[in-house]
Parts: sequence; C-alpha cells; structure tokens
Amino acid sequence: MAEIFVCPDSEMKDGEVRIVRQGRTEVGVYRHKGAYFAYRNHCVHQGGPACEGIVKGKVVDLFAEDKTFLGQTYDHDDPHIVCPWHGWEYKLLTGECAPDPKIRLKKHEIVQRDGGVYVVV
Amino acid sequence: MNIMNPIVSDPARETFDTRSLLAHAQQQAEDRKYEDFMIIDVDAHHYETDSYRDIWEYIEDPVMRDQFKFTKGATMMQRSTGGYQEMAGRITRYAHRRTEQAPGAVHRDIGLTRKWMDSMGVDVACIFPTPMLGLGLNPVVEVEVQYARAYNKWLTEKILSQDKRLVSMLYLPMNDPEAALKMVEEFSGCRGVIGFLITTVRYKGLYDNAYMKLYRALEERGLPLAFHAATNWGDQSMHITNRFIATHALGFSWFNIVHMTNWVVNGIPERFPGLKSIWIESGLAWIPFLMQRLDNEYMMRSSEAPTLKRLPSDYMREMFYTTQPMEMVNNQTMLQETFKMINAETQLLYSSDYPHWDMDLPSTIYDLPFLNLQQKKNILGENARKLFKLDHYISDEKQARLAARGKA
Ligand code: FES
Repeated sequence: MAEIFVCPDSEMKDGEVRIVRQGRTEVGVYRHKGAYFAYRNHCVHQGGPACEGIVKGKVVDLFAEDKTFLGQTYDHDDPHIVCPWHGWEYKLLTGECAPDPKIRLKKHEIVQRDGGVYVVV
Repeated sequence: MNIMNPIVSDPARETFDTRSLLAHAQQQAEDRKYEDFMIIDVDAHHYETDSYRDIWEYIEDPVMRDQFKFTKGATMMQRSTGGYQEMAGRITRYAHRRTEQAPGAVHRDIGLTRKWMDSMGVDVACIFPTPMLGLGLNPVVEVEVQYARAYNKWLTEKILSQDKRLVSMLYLPMNDPEAALKMVEEFSGCRGVIGFLITTVRYKGLYDNAYMKLYRALEERGLPLAFHAATNWGDQSMHITNRFIATHALGFSWFNIVHMTNWVVNGIPERFPGLKSIWIESGLAWIPFLMQRLDNEYMMRSSEAPTLKRLPSDYMREMFYTTQPMEMVNNQTMLQETFKMINAETQLLYSSDYPHWDMDLPSTIYDLPFLNLQQKKNILGENARKLFKLDHYISDEKQARLAARGKA
C-alpha cells in the first residue's frame, strides 16, 4: 500500500477530476459536492481511459402517471463517468457500470490530511 | 505507507492528441507483443469532409463543381442517413478532432491516421470515407458518379500514393452501372487500390443484369468486392425508430442482410465463383441468423433459387467478414459458435472502424480465450494479407520495439 499525493485540498473544485499517474498505476480522482472519489483509470470494456472523458448526469426518461412519455432530463445527483472511447458509463458515487452493477471500476481509498488529498494504491 | 511523487494532470486542460487518448491501446500493443506479427485493419475511416475543397476541384463537370462549392457540399447531402454518433459529447474525439495537431510533412489525414495506427499496433489500414457512406441515396445519379470519381482520384493521388501503409477499396457509384465499371477500369492498378466498395445503403437490387459486366471485370482482375453497411434513418422501416441506438443497431446489419440475401438467392456466387466478397461493419451475430434462415427456406423453396448447387450457408461460409462491431456480450458460447459457423480462422478479417464511436481494438480478437495464437494472427492480419496479396510489413514503431527487445 502506498499513498500518492494528488493536490492540496483547496485546489480541486466540485466537478473536477485529476488523473494521477505513478508508473503503470493510473487513478482518476473526482470531487463531487465536497467529497472525493477515486477509481482506476481503466474501463472494463476495452481498457480505455475511463476517467479521462466527461462527467454527465444520468439521463432519465420522464413518464406521466398514465405512462405516457414526456421527455428526458438529467439526474445531476447521479453523475456518470463516461469513458471517452465508446461511451460506457459508470456511477461516479459507486464506480458501478450504469447498465450493469456487477461490472465496476476499481475503487481507491482517498485520505485527506494536513490540507492534502492522497489516493491509496 | 510510502508517499510517492506522481504525475497529476487535469484532462480538461490538456490539448487533444490521439496518442494520449489511445495510450492504453499502445500499452495493450506492447503487453501483447504485437510487434511479433502484422496487423491489417480492413475497415478504418477518415473524414473526407475535412478535405472537401480539394476534392471538389476534381469534379469534372464545371457546373456541378460550382454547385458543390456554393452549397459547401450540401449537393451531396440530398439524402438521409442521420444520427448522432458522437453521443452528445461523450465520445470526445469527435469534438476535438479538428483541433488536433498533425505532423506537418504529410497530408493531415495521413498524419492523423498514422497516429492511431501506431498506438494500436496496426501496420496497414484500409481507409474509407465517412459521410460518403450515404452517397448512394442521392437522387441525382450524376452527383454520385461525379463525386465518387473526384474522391477516388483525390484519394489515390493525394493519400494512397503517399503512404504504403494506407490502402483502400474504392467507392463504386452503383446507381450508374456503366460508370461503376469505368471506375474499376480506370483505377485498378493504382497504388493502394486493393478492391472496390459498394456502400449498402442503397435501393437498387445488386442482382440487376446491368451489374454483370462489373462483377466480371472484378473477377477477371482478382479484386475483392466489399459491401460496407451504414444506416438510413429515413428508410421506411428505420423511420419508425426514435432513438439512434435503434436505427444504428438494426440498420448497420439490415442493409448488409438484404443485399447478402439477394446476392445468394440470385446465385451470384455461382455465376462469378472467382469473385471474392467482403461484408463490412455489421458485426457478426447476423451471419448465423441469416445462414439458418436462408437454409431453412431454401430447402422448401429451392425452385426459387435454382442456380444454387449448395445451401446458402455454404456460399456464405466462403465469403469474408470484418470483425467490428463484434458483439462482446456476456455469452461467449454464442460468439465461439459464430466463429465456427463462418470459418473465422480463414474468413474473418480484423477491423477497427477507428475513429468512429464503436471502434474495436486488436485486443478484442487477441484476448479471445477460444482462439489459439495462429488463429489470432490469421484474423488480425494474415487472412487479409493473403486475400489482398499484400507484402508482409511491420511498422517502424513495431520494428523499433522488436529491436529493443533484441538488445534487452
Ligand atoms: S473502453 Fe471504455 S467504453 Fe470502451
């Protein structure tokens, strides 16, 4: 186990990501609503850099009571990490693959101390 | 615990570069030692739209040339394919492509293509255009003919003649059978022309007598004929799909299914036994479906396909198929069975479709547990090398890796 320094706590804003590279280890560190999340930058699909793409809210179909379709919207409380190679989506809060929770990005622990953010590898 | 000093980057601040985007592909290439064998990508793309102005200069008809210039290319867009492949920004290479730096010494398309080829470990790539896949829908026959010839001339002169790693199968304007035949007569023998291409989003049956001279000309020259699928959201049946996933999933298989069916039941493989056909970008799952469907019906209605001497599937098993977009779902037994049914060991050709959104890396084949190493090498390059009679070639980057290993 080792800790890798990511950045000072004050540096990352909500919605930002940093890619941390140490040798062959690559981790994406996200800040969302003041909390940090870290995942291996490796997509389960074809090995793409999952954390180097965009983050988008989960897309939701909207239906009326009678099940008629009303349109679509984003659920920004469920942000998705989108792999830039083919668009596989992972839940930023858990690392689960959005359409199949059995598949997931490898999670890394984050440690915050002395004003710094560290990821455990 | 150790504390280490890493490289920390913010992707939002980095300039787009294919080599960075595909760094993991390069890692795969190195880990799997792709330098040990030749990889040929039988279906990759460039965006001919980026070179429109140059291509228009090759349009012979001066009136049409002006039309293209003043409509900024909309002349060829009188058709409907439609879609949003870039998934609203999710596939980042679409939005950033135009900002990318290409090596200056060669044409931009060559420079950008070499970047992804080297990242993936591809030695030779067969490149096709992108929006032109829908040109067969243009209601003005002369537009298809004139633009196809302009593109083919531009491609052979400015791209294929400049880089031995790039080859192509040239677009045939099938709405004018005589013009398609002339295309074969004019361009076969040009550097890098390894066959000819029918884009299958079109509405003329390819069994029409008017095409027989074309098929004979290809057979005589030993040049394969490729069928590249796409979708057409304006097609009557696709018209009732309301999400791109639907028209894409169905359309890219459907347009090859319908032309393959016509091809077989009209006995074209019996009439031109030396003409090799390649079916591109429909995935693989449709092939066992169609083999079973046609065999079943043929046993009951052989009187409607009397030229056939064998089952439809027997002919289909002798044709060639490209891999992408391979259905990598959680049922590997089906995939393995599919490989058996199509004689993948000799008939399957690796294709990436890069840079399009559903591209496949060579590892999609290399990592399959049911293939032995020789079968992997065949599919990734050897089958294509034999089919197109290409020289064995390993890229400079892969040669350098080989040399470094030799020294190590
Ligand atoms: S590798 Fe990530 S979506 Fe394909």
